[in-house]
Amino acid sequence: MPDLKFSDAVPDSDERAVVDALISTPPVEQRSERWVIGGRAREEECRHLLLPGLHALQDTMGWITPGGLGYLAERLQVPIAEAYGVATFYELFELEQPDTEGPLHHVCVDPVCAISNSASYIAELRTKGHRVHESPCLGQCERPPAAFVQIKHGASQDLAAATKTPIKVAEAEPSRLLKRIGEIECTDLETYRRHGGYEALHLAINKGGEHVIEQLKKSGLTGRGGAAFPTGVKWEAVAAKDALVKYVVANADESEPGTFKDRVIMESDPFALVEAMTIAGISAGCEKGWIYIRGEYTTAAERMGAALTDATAWNLLGTNILGSPYNFDIEIRRGAGAYICGEETSLFNSIEGFRGEPRSKPPYPTDSGLFGQPTIVNNPETFLNVLEILNNGVESYRSAGTTNSPGTKLFCLSGDVSEPGLYEAEFGITLRELLVRAGGVTGDLQAILLGGAAGSFADSRHLDIPLTFEDTKAEGLTLGSGAVMVFSSRVDLSAVLMRLAKFFRDESCGQCVPCRIGTVRQHELLIQIGNRKPTSDNDLLLEEIAAVMTDSSICGLGQTAASAVQSAVQLGLIGDKQS
Amino acid sequence: MTVTRSTEVTFSLNGQQTTVAAGTTILEAAQETGVEIPTLCWASNLTPVNACRLCVVEMEGSRALVPACSRECEPNAVINTDSERVALSRKMVLEFLDTTNDLTQSSELQTLIELYGADASRYSDPVRSEDPVKVEDDLFVRAYDRCVLCYKCVEACGDDAQFTFAISMAGRGFETRVSTEFETPLPESACVYCGNCVGVCPTNALQFKAEFDLRQTPDWDPESQTSTDTICSYCGVGCTLEVHTQDNEIFKVTSPSDHSVTAGHLCVKGRFGWQYVQPPTRRPPTNH
Repeated sequence: MPDLKFSDAVPDSDERAVVDALISTPPVEQRSERWVIGGRAREEECRHLLLPGLHALQDTMGWITPGGLGYLAERLQVPIAEAYGVATFYELFELEQPDTEGPLHHVCVDPVCAISNSASYIAELRTKGHRVHESPCLGQCERPPAAFVQIKHGASQDLAAATKTPIKVAEAEPSRLLKRIGEIECTDLETYRRHGGYEALHLAINKGGEHVIEQLKKSGLTGRGGAAFPTGVKWEAVAAKDALVKYVVANADESEPGTFKDRVIMESDPFALVEAMTIAGISAGCEKGWIYIRGEYTTAAERMGAALTDATAWNLLGTNILGSPYNFDIEIRRGAGAYICGEETSLFNSIEGFRGEPRSKPPYPTDSGLFGQPTIVNNPETFLNVLEILNNGVESYRSAGTTNSPGTKLFCLSGDVSEPGLYEAEFGITLRELLVRAGGVTGDLQAILLGGAAGSFADSRHLDIPLTFEDTKAEGLTLGSGAVMVFSSRVDLSAVLMRLAKFFRDESCGQCVPCRIGTVRQHELLIQIGNRKPTSDNDLLLEEIAAVMTDSSICGLGQTAASAVQSAVQLGLIGDKQS
Repeated sequence: MTVTRSTEVTFSLNGQQTTVAAGTTILEAAQETGVEIPTLCWASNLTPVNACRLCVVEMEGSRALVPACSRECEPNAVINTDSERVALSRKMVLEFLDTTNDLTQSSELQTLIELYGADASRYSDPVRSEDPVKVEDDLFVRAYDRCVLCYKCVEACGDDAQFTFAISMAGRGFETRVSTEFETPLPESACVYCGNCVGVCPTNALQFKAEFDLRQTPDWDPESQTSTDTICSYCGVGCTLEVHTQDNEIFKVTSPSDHSVTAGHLCVKGRFGWQYVQPPTRRPPTNH
């Protein structure tokens, strides 16, 4: 039998059942007299089922028991120490038996929810005897305080299925990406088709991948996840790769504080993402797509799953799509509570069943991505732009926005504005105009955190800067994920900064020294400074901590972990401004 | 179509035109030309994980610094291993480690801390990595307050040497630690006691029980210690052993990492099976 030593702990029959339901192959399988598949070969085949397996065990027992983990590890032929290392990486997995069987309430304590009294909501829940986890941003910033309830033996719930539809401003400029979101809910295929759905796929099939990529390059579309890499160039690079297997990945691990656009897209227009990913597959010669959805987005995952089933039933996915020679399938992976898994290479590791630690780049995903194969990885918002470009043409697409930032952008407005919600606007809109559309600031504007925790602070001096990639960059700001968190004068900005620093301290994966320890030292120093004016020694140390994290961290998390704090220092927002 | 593939790469290293074979890392190129770059998580017998970031260098055109241990030399690259930016990053990495871990048993890190002027006293009350020493057997101990999470032991236990996979990184962020499943004690884990993790540990977080015991006594005296090369007598492979002794008592056995047979790695017998050369009566009593 196997050369790995597994656990002696005995699994429960329920644990056996859920693991067996997930993994059809035995740990060791004799395929012929001379051909036995087991050990490392089996691990390579099945290891990507580790994350779904851990979810299944957590849901069944309310925690991951030694017996359950041992059984899962053995079925997958994954070393049990490594399986434990993976399980302990994620927030949503518990490796110790909880005191009570009751649900676990994850309540957001990041800035926007914190100023909307998440603390008293938490206190109330605790008084009632509930288990509460103080959670990082849950991507429901338009309805604070946000919560996500994890339940044993059942469907965990975010509050998204909820009542409040994200606000869309109807009278505003071109509604492109959000045109099917709001009044119409395109969660069934028929409605989606009636509103222009699947026209772009027909076009892509008829005109071929080269045409699609040409259009994308002409459109000037750049990635909306934060890095703004030209999408057409990315697709072309993967299309040019001569590999047997290539992948399309939708990075829907939306966890940047203040960001909820991808959640809204997946909940309200799921077929659009499926269609655009299929077009990517056709264009670049990929036959398999993956959607990695953050673990707390249960409604989004459910609706995406339903969309995949429908699309497959109508041959919009599968083999010979709509009678064409193209094949494409999509699989969903749920994250399990780790901001770092939004970093594309961490996301690959997470899907593959490893700890979500980022990989060194180069090699870039277009050369060696998921399972070491050439991979297109884009944000859902980026994918939706592709449909827009194909349906209405490059000229129409470029009629909005600026030469260097063509098209529209989704902005997530939250905090002290009258109407928090998701807004679509042309690139080039100013913060001032955007705030007006959201009904204005409630109270006196103190500061705006642009681009999420990894972004930077702006204040009243920045209100007239056009929101484009080039203009924000010139001002030392970033659009990042499109998060616009507004803080009026009622907010204690030192507390906001401390929370941001805590966020990075909690979310650092721990792989490299600059980020693992730098985020801790930065947080400690901010606590030490508190509401006082920082000394010159404080400033120097903050700056040097920022320098090493920015210069020497492996990935974007560490490289931007000091950005908001440094921008606050530069704007004089840190410490007591009066002193 | 003829494809010409360049087998050599020419680039600038600290202003010197340097030519190396394609695929050579910046660190290897530096070592070939006598340029010093400090390392911690890198080892010649392990796959680079570039986690410590001590070896970062400046590469023109790259927004961030790049890790010399794993980045391959690129044609026409301009690399500076010794800029102010590089020195600042290294100093900070050393300060971070010094404020977190007990580095007293790593003379190399002590030298670097001195060299780069790292000053741990700038931090007031930093949270440290605290963990009582794990003594679970007579062979080696684990003092994780010294552990800098360089991944070397995990790699040596896994597919860089032993293929036992008894340990893994667990947890996340500052709480990351090297662990067996559910912190199971080593004797009940998959560990086969090859000691290759001990062999690669750069900070003495993993050390022989004999060394640990000796260090607890006032007799510990590095000056009087000797290392004797010999060949393991257990099997026909013929691994080279370096037997470390003080007062004629063995406290540690290693093998050179550049050795063609062992690449520094041994098995449980070569690593720990030396008691027979010392009469048991001479061994200090143990309570564990």
